[in-house]
Amino acid sequence: MRLKFLIPLSVFALLLVLLGVGLKLDPREVPSPFIGKPAPPFALPTVHAAAQTLSSGEFQGQVSLLNVWASWCVSCRQEHPLLLQLSKTGLVPIYGLNYKDERPAALAWLDRFGDPYRASAFDADGKTGIDWGVYGVPETFVIDRKGIIRYKFTGPLTEEALEKKLLPLVRTLQEEAS
Amino acid sequence: MIPELGHIALIMALMMALIQSSFPLAGAAQGIPVWMAVAKPAGRAQFLFLIVAFGCLAFSFASNDFSVLYVAQHSNSSLPLHYRLSAVWGGHEGSMLLWALILGLWTLAVTIFSRGLAADFVARVLGVMGLVSIGILLFILLTSNPFERLASPPADGNDLNPLLQDFGMVVHPPMLYMGYVGLSVAFSFAVAALLGGTLDSAWARWSRPWTLVAWIFLTFGITLGSWWAYYELGWGGWWFWDPVENASFMPWLVATALIHSLSVTEKRGAFKAWTVLLAIFAFSLSLLGTFLVRSGVLTSVHAFATDPGRGLFILMLLAIVIGGSLFLYALRAPTVQDHVRYALVSKENLLLLNNVLLVTAAGSILLGTLYPLILDALGLGKISVGPPYFDAVFAPLMAPVFVLAGIAPMFPWRQASIRKVLARTGKLALGCLITGIGLTAVFWNPRDIATMAALTLAVWLAASALFSLTSRVRLREHWREGLRSQSRSVYGMTAAHLGLAVFLVGVTLSGRYSVEKTVRMAPGETVEIADYRFTFLGVSRVEGPNYVASRGDFEVQAGATAFRLHPEKRSYRVQRNMMTEAAIDPGWSRDLYVALGEPMENGAWSVRLYCKPFIRWIWGGGLVMMAGGMLSVSDRRYRLAAKPDESWQPASSASNVAA
Repeated sequence: MRLKFLIPLSVFALLLVLLGVGLKLDPREVPSPFIGKPAPPFALPTVHAAAQTLSSGEFQGQVSLLNVWASWCVSCRQEHPLLLQLSKTGLVPIYGLNYKDERPAALAWLDRFGDPYRASAFDADGKTGIDWGVYGVPETFVIDRKGIIRYKFTGPLTEEALEKKLLPLVRTLQEEAS
Repeated sequence: MIPELGHIALIMALMMALIQSSFPLAGAAQGIPVWMAVAKPAGRAQFLFLIVAFGCLAFSFASNDFSVLYVAQHSNSSLPLHYRLSAVWGGHEGSMLLWALILGLWTLAVTIFSRGLAADFVARVLGVMGLVSIGILLFILLTSNPFERLASPPADGNDLNPLLQDFGMVVHPPMLYMGYVGLSVAFSFAVAALLGGTLDSAWARWSRPWTLVAWIFLTFGITLGSWWAYYELGWGGWWFWDPVENASFMPWLVATALIHSLSVTEKRGAFKAWTVLLAIFAFSLSLLGTFLVRSGVLTSVHAFATDPGRGLFILMLLAIVIGGSLFLYALRAPTVQDHVRYALVSKENLLLLNNVLLVTAAGSILLGTLYPLILDALGLGKISVGPPYFDAVFAPLMAPVFVLAGIAPMFPWRQASIRKVLARTGKLALGCLITGIGLTAVFWNPRDIATMAALTLAVWLAASALFSLTSRVRLREHWREGLRSQSRSVYGMTAAHLGLAVFLVGVTLSGRYSVEKTVRMAPGETVEIADYRFTFLGVSRVEGPNYVASRGDFEVQAGATAFRLHPEKRSYRVQRNMMTEAAIDPGWSRDLYVALGEPMENGAWSVRLYCKPFIRWIWGGGLVMMAGGMLSVSDRRYRLAAKPDESWQPASSASNVAA
């Protein structure tokens, strides 16, 4: 048996292991080096109007969420209904960071799926995303009244994560300062 | 009663599949003719039971039997009958049953069209198909039984996902599955040839028509899916690099490579090991696609109900089917030798290069599709790899494929001289370059180099396909005789390559010159895009069978003519889903596309208007490619191959003949 004919089989075996591990996985949080640090400052035009700016100063004085999204991101569609629901309850303001996107596509996307965001910053070249340590879309940050990042959720939000992690944290943070 | 009958029929089909694989495979190994002869009747019986099972499920849908869980989940009494029937494959369980049924259909086809083949070969092919069928039927019966009953049936059903209530979605899955599952025939031929040690030109010739037919269905299914996404999803795109789309595109790319590689193996006896590997890959990717879609390891817009238990089952199925065949390949392929010689510059090597590029393209899509999973498995979080990756990787890989598709037909087998080919095609290439640049500069933008390059490629592809046809025809004294003397597969190839050119024009122009505007329009207002004036006349309320809709009324002024467009925003009663039904005015050179967004104050609406030049050419190109495939399949050669064949010889001597 010549070895080169074993290559397809070995590649497939690797793939199989990967898929097997993949089956066991759930979207879950990952520790971020940014937790406990002040939100990296930014000032970007909003998706809706190039003339308006959304800056990190907005986070001062209120507990808020920052959700990183893009119209090309499939997983974002999955978590979107949850964000819409959350924005209707008015529990916590949600801001968007529109990552490496094009404006018409982003607008069309919000138009189609609904817009849960107070405002979305338009980060066309992804520089702000890099500052924030974003390595994938979607991600959701919880920021406290002093503008400090307290939690980061990677991947599409789930009802469970929202109920068990994010919202309890938001409530504690809101009570903390008041 | 009827659902139970269906359940029993499904179990019977599994029994038949067991018989169809056990006796024939053992018989072929031991040389027992009676055992081998079991394959055909068992295959036919399996199909019969599958038809009964499928019919029972369809009947449950037609008669609104909501005591069946699957029917209650995917249908509703107010759903029109034709959608109730197509709802049979609107969910996971039913679409797996459709998969099994189509595998049965292909099995039946093999039992009918295999008269000329050696008995042990047919027994092995049907045996392998039976093994695949056992896996799928066990999967259905153990994890996804569509006949499951509810103890207390609901008064009415949950309705079919409105996205699927559409003609495109009625036809798309069966066509796609015909393609996916059809590749199992080429796969079984390959495994049978590996088992029997009969990997030769005759094997390649038998595999070709089966592969072509599967490829035709796959091409049609993908084209249809893309067209559906365009008019139904309501945002004007035609391809989203969604995992489910990728799952259908990867087997297509590999099947395309397989068709070309089979032709080399058939005509020249070369690349045998490679061709066999491609046949295994093509079907493996189909199975992998099923796994990715069904197991929930990846997120997708096509999100069906997913379940890790099912995922584990399909994973084991993959391990057995793909792992087993690749193991067999590792054992047997080293003994397969190509006895043909060819020079570095030859048609053989160009086709090999095209193969490598196509497989690389499929590999890079696989990587992009699995990358989120890889990161996840390494504990780096879930992410989404979007079109930026695929566009960046795919375009550079496909450009040389287009160049090759144009030039390879002009190279002779065995040995070619680059200088001679250049002398023949130099002027043609220059002409294409001038035409490509000229067309772009005159009609579009004189500074747009990307469009110039793409149009040059498209013109080159079309011109060289026709040029190589004419030079074949010129070999005869009279053109009429020349045209008649060409085989259908030559015409098929020409048509398929023309289709590719048409497709490329569509992708390029619609991608680079689409105009779109999202605006707020009050009744009476007019907006202009790309020389078209859209006047919004208002919105009226319309009642559908299972939805209510706001129906927009637009007047479009194009030069002297005017026409109306009526996009809708539908609200489906049961599922409470909002659906955007875009209104499209189709045309050869452009589509006008209007979609309603959200209602605003005072009767105004947010409206999306698009003008998409040449977008129809994308699907037109797919259809022309498909027509090319059909022409090839109808080639006389393959009909002769179905008759008893004297060229049936053991591997070594057959390849000597070819050399």
